[in-house]
Amino acid sequence: MTTTEQPTDQRRRRRPWIVEVYSTDVGKKYAMAISGIIGLLFIFFHMIGNLHAFEGAAELNEYGEGLRDIGEPLVPRTLILWLFLRLPLVLALAVHVHAAYSLARQNQRARAGGYEMRNYYAANYASRTMGWAGVIILLFLAWHLADLTWGVGAVNPDFERGEVYQNLVASLERWPVTLLYVVAQGALALHIWHGAWSMFQSLGVNNPRYNHFRRTFATAFTIIVVGGFLLVPISVQLGIIG
Amino acid sequence: MTVTLDSKVPAGPIEEKWDNHRFGIRLVNPANKRKYKIIVVGTGLAGASAAATFGELGYNVDVFTFHDSPRRAHSIAAQGGINAAKNYPNDGDSIFRLFYDTVKGGDYRSREANVYRLAQVSNEIIDQCTAQGVPFAREYGGLLDNRSFGGAQVSRTFYARGQTGQQLLLGAYQALARQLAEGSVKLHNRSEMLDVVIKDGHAAGIVVRDLATGEITSHSAHAVVLATGGYSNVFYLSTNAMACNVTAAWRAHRKGALFANPCYTQIHPTCIPASDEFQSKLTLMSESLRNDGRIWVPKKAEDPRPANQVPEDERDYYLERIYPSFGNLAPRDVSSRAAMRMLEENLGIGPLRNGVYLDFADAISRLGKETIEARYGNLFEMYERITDENPYEVPMRIYPAPHYTMGGLWVDYNLMTNVPGLYALGEANFSDHGANRLGASALMQGLADGYFVIPYTIADYLADYLNTDPVPTDDPVFREAEAAVQGQVDRLLSINGTRTVDDFHRELGKIMIEHCGLARSQAGLEKAISEIPALKEEFWKDVKVPGDGESLNQTLEKAGRLVDFFELAELMCRDALDREESCGGHFRVEYQTEEGEAVRDDERFAHVSAWEWKGEGAPPLKHEEELVFENVALATRSYK
Amino acid sequence: MDLTLKVWRQAGPDDAGQFKSYQVKGISEEASFLEMLDILNEQLTLAGDDPIVFDHDCREGICGTCGIMIDGVAHGPQLGTATCQLHMRKFQSGDTIVLEPWRSAAFPVIKDLMVDRAAFDRIVEAGGYISVDTGAAPDANLIPVPQPASEAAMDAAACIGCGACVAACPNSAAQLFTAAKVMHLNLLPQGQPERHRRVVAMVETMEEYFGSCRNHGECEFACPKGISIDNIALMNRDYLKAKTIDARTTGR
Ligand SMILES: Cc1cc2nc3c(=O)[nH]c(=O)nc-3n(C[C@H](O)[C@H](O)[C@H](O)COP(=O)(O)OP(=O)(O)OC[C@H]3O[C@@H](n4cnc5c(N)ncnc54)[C@H](O)[C@@H]3O)c2cc1C
Ligand code: HEM
Ligand code: HEM
Ligand code: SF4
Ligand code: F3S
Ligand code: FES
Repeated sequence: MTTTEQPTDQRRRRRPWIVEVYSTDVGKKYAMAISGIIGLLFIFFHMIGNLHAFEGAAELNEYGEGLRDIGEPLVPRTLILWLFLRLPLVLALAVHVHAAYSLARQNQRARAGGYEMRNYYAANYASRTMGWAGVIILLFLAWHLADLTWGVGAVNPDFERGEVYQNLVASLERWPVTLLYVVAQGALALHIWHGAWSMFQSLGVNNPRYNHFRRTFATAFTIIVVGGFLLVPISVQLGIIG
Repeated sequence: MTVTLDSKVPAGPIEEKWDNHRFGIRLVNPANKRKYKIIVVGTGLAGASAAATFGELGYNVDVFTFHDSPRRAHSIAAQGGINAAKNYPNDGDSIFRLFYDTVKGGDYRSREANVYRLAQVSNEIIDQCTAQGVPFAREYGGLLDNRSFGGAQVSRTFYARGQTGQQLLLGAYQALARQLAEGSVKLHNRSEMLDVVIKDGHAAGIVVRDLATGEITSHSAHAVVLATGGYSNVFYLSTNAMACNVTAAWRAHRKGALFANPCYTQIHPTCIPASDEFQSKLTLMSESLRNDGRIWVPKKAEDPRPANQVPEDERDYYLERIYPSFGNLAPRDVSSRAAMRMLEENLGIGPLRNGVYLDFADAISRLGKETIEARYGNLFEMYERITDENPYEVPMRIYPAPHYTMGGLWVDYNLMTNVPGLYALGEANFSDHGANRLGASALMQGLADGYFVIPYTIADYLADYLNTDPVPTDDPVFREAEAAVQGQVDRLLSINGTRTVDDFHRELGKIMIEHCGLARSQAGLEKAISEIPALKEEFWKDVKVPGDGESLNQTLEKAGRLVDFFELAELMCRDALDREESCGGHFRVEYQTEEGEAVRDDERFAHVSAWEWKGEGAPPLKHEEELVFENVALATRSYK
Repeated sequence: MDLTLKVWRQAGPDDAGQFKSYQVKGISEEASFLEMLDILNEQLTLAGDDPIVFDHDCREGICGTCGIMIDGVAHGPQLGTATCQLHMRKFQSGDTIVLEPWRSAAFPVIKDLMVDRAAFDRIVEAGGYISVDTGAAPDANLIPVPQPASEAAMDAAACIGCGACVAACPNSAAQLFTAAKVMHLNLLPQGQPERHRRVVAMVETMEEYFGSCRNHGECEFACPKGISIDNIALMNRDYLKAKTIDARTTGR
């Protein structure tokens, strides 16, 4: 009994497993899903952390500094933060974006022009705009870090290192900035609403008995995270914070 | 060439014929197989299974289909199921009973030895297909389920929902795909075979036209196997796919292969009646529906009332009345003719008065809607899509439609035509069903021929040609054939008349269904024999085939196929006229009992009529193969 | 009923192609969509124009040959229905209907509305079979198959290879077709020995022709046989498993 061996297999098998898997589209989707999950976890806890703002300046600053002080004095300041939060995040984002980009290219190649007329039943706005939403998130992120983490003068003139609360208020009191944050949250909402459902399929998590929970999860997660995030800028505008 | 009709049926008791034969015939040793080239035309059940098996054995195979993929072959449409003598239900089935039922069902007009072999290999087919992953229906225990089908008194039909043919073909197609990947078989898709090439009385190869580019090429081999399906589309409206045609078989016939029993056609009782004159094809409603549906017409002619308002005592459940013991399960030919008689007494129902009712009201009240839905859900859905009527509430409207052709190229026990090296398998040959085919036995025959018969029998012929090369395709015989094919293409394109191809085909269909359909009469047949050549002549004068021959041209394809249908139609009528008896699907009004039952004439017609082509216009020459029945006593089929 | 058809006409693979409008009058509600095109083609033929080329054969939704993008929906407005099963009663007299071929780089247009779906065959040839030579099979009932498994396999095996999933997918991905083919065999006991080889070979061949799946789910709606995207998830799972475990450890 003979079987067809794919010559391509032979060639590929010599590469390390991770490269081997990532080199395929399905593999990239796994990478996106996993990096996506890291992202989801981060924004979830980030959102929770932001809520310290409601407890007042001291608490939030403390929390902010706290994150950086973890492990002191055993290890240098912010080392743990770098190792266990920032580094993974940067990596995940890099992988995520790279995969998103190359898959988008691949799909571009696979398509042969659009249709004169097109009606969708299942594909929704969110699923069709993953890329754009992603880019908006990326841009927002750049601004956001310059604004509240690095304190780039042009972005946040009265930034003071360590004064998380003050920086936050100072920045968000400017209504255009608030607007920017709100828009970004819109993009994020779209992105993770499809993403948090889609990742289950990509990871092969599928069980007819529980499948309907996947949508529910995505919807609930999106509402909680985005809702939670939005509280802060809005409260600042309303003067509840500051 | 001089024609000799030798059926090559081996000697010995019928149980041992096939084994003895396999032992008797010569083999080709494995190392030598790759030295042989075999051409297979057709990728239906018969063609795909044969090509795949040849490939596994090590032959060099070229397989041709006019479809875009082997998986599109018309076998895909088979719904009901496939028979086998497994006797899993333990209800008394056996190889001999399947053999007996098939011979009787064929109204004693088939070759005993072939039918017995068919019954013998039927079990291996089920094993093979199951191993390939064909998802046959199963019981909760995980073992295979069977249903009773087409009036058999045992449950011997294996099925995969309402898509048995699809699943079996996918199995064969996948086996073929495996060989394609290995390179032992080469696929030529969208390639229509337009002629068989014969040199020194032996099949040398074929001429094909690439449907996408119009390119005409020759291909040569040591043997040519035709598995090109049936010719029901000669009636224009039939349950066959639009592209089904007789061209391959007919071209072989014109090159000397005998055409056997062309008048044996099967009209299937349960099809959806036509809704208007532009109807392009008819849709079959699986026979299994008759297990629970009751067939009736109103007693009053042209009754204007909708079905549900016709009171019980004003309905005529005619099958139950005329055939008490079989009732609604009476065989296809019998129930089709009964329906026809109802329409003749204009008891027909529906907007066009062209149908009879198939009523599930009783079954639903007895078994409940759920059970019926579980059994026929997909069929009811199919019906509703087409008619916009809900069979759960109103009875189905059904009427007989051309469905299957028992006739075909004459072949011997080895499935070789009278032309050495030219074989015919599946519906394209005449071999196993006599004058009428039982339900669920065509799939069986197609796969038997392809998986389990031809792979052995072809070696006996090939053995003689070890280390010889096939005729080169630049040989004059190929050149002439190519020129002839090109000639016909050019001729069709040059006429530029005023009538469309479909228009002519529709007219041919009307003639055939009226005079060579369910009931045939001397007068009618003679009329048809005079009308068909006239129509053909007009076609050559007045048909309009737009476009060119260098790119994809569907009208040109249809036109070429219709040309061969004209000639086949005439032969069918001649055969029907010649066969002065009624048997199976062939019903001559002159030969019937006063209750309108068929009357066979075993004295004069217990033979196969194999017709030889004598050239355009010239009347064909009939050869007879006597049928001897040593194991089944000839009796009058009665289903009363 | 009277209709206006806006049809994609393309003389051949290399032709640029453009839309042409046609009027068809007096079509019966009972007519099928393809019969409506037949009638139009008869008119065109008699008028000396080239009839519209469209693929079709069985006309009962089983062979998978037909397939037209009708008003921006693969196989047209009726869900779970192949183009050939669509009837004119689904339209209103006076409608304008837009007809386009499947569009995907892997499905080059041959002429007008007919495309070449050979890429599907390549995927099956890569491993969409169970390697059992004719005659090598044991008695059918020696391989019991749990009824639910056999039903699930049948659900996947119902795929008719029409290509609507690709046509409908915004990414021109063939995930649904490939998943249907893979899972039909991978769900069955008979399919286990080649399970991992199969999924790897078929997925990687698929990726040579088609886009990637973003889980739009559009294919599931377009599919005339209602093949579920659950199969895609199962295929992804099988794929990673196959890539991860060493071939020699299969079955341990
Ligand atoms: C609606 C319907 C339901 C049926 N249901 C059942 C059933 O339940 N049970 C049963 O046993 N039987 C059934 N039958 C009958 C059975 O399906 C067929 O008899 C059988 O499938 C024929 O198989 P085949 O391989 O001989 O031919 P086909 O499957 O018709 O294949 C013919 C092949 O030849 C090719 N071909 C033809 N001419 C040429 C040419 N000139 N050049 C190149 N290629 C060519 C075609 O492309 C195709 O690949 C049914 C038939 C119909 C129409
Ligand atoms: C309106 C909503 C948001 C608010 C109010 C907010 C607020 C903040 C603040 C105050 C910091 C500085 C923390 C510190 O320096 O200790 C911060 C850091 C950060 N925020 Fe946000 N953020 C919001 C949304 C987001 C979103 C949507 C993302 C990601 C998509 C994000 C990603 C980050 C990152 C990566 C950092 C840097 C963390 C670090 O220092 O390593 N933020 N955010
Ligand atoms: C910063 C730029 C980003 C870009 C360009 C981007 C792009 C994309 C794209 C195109 C997809 C769809 C991939 C596919 O299915 O083909 C996707 C999926 C996803 N993204 Fe992002 N994204 C970005 C950031 C993020 C962030 C910050 C998060 C988390 C908060 C995130 C979470 C997800 C998730 C969970 C998925 C689902 C993955 C899957 O379908 O399996 N993305 N992203
Ligand atoms: S999965 Fe559905 S849509 Fe795709 S090819 Fe198969 S039947 Fe057609
Ligand atoms: S529509 Fe396309 S993106 Fe995936 S789920 Fe279907 S293949
Ligand atoms: S024509 Fe066969 S599926 Fe539509």
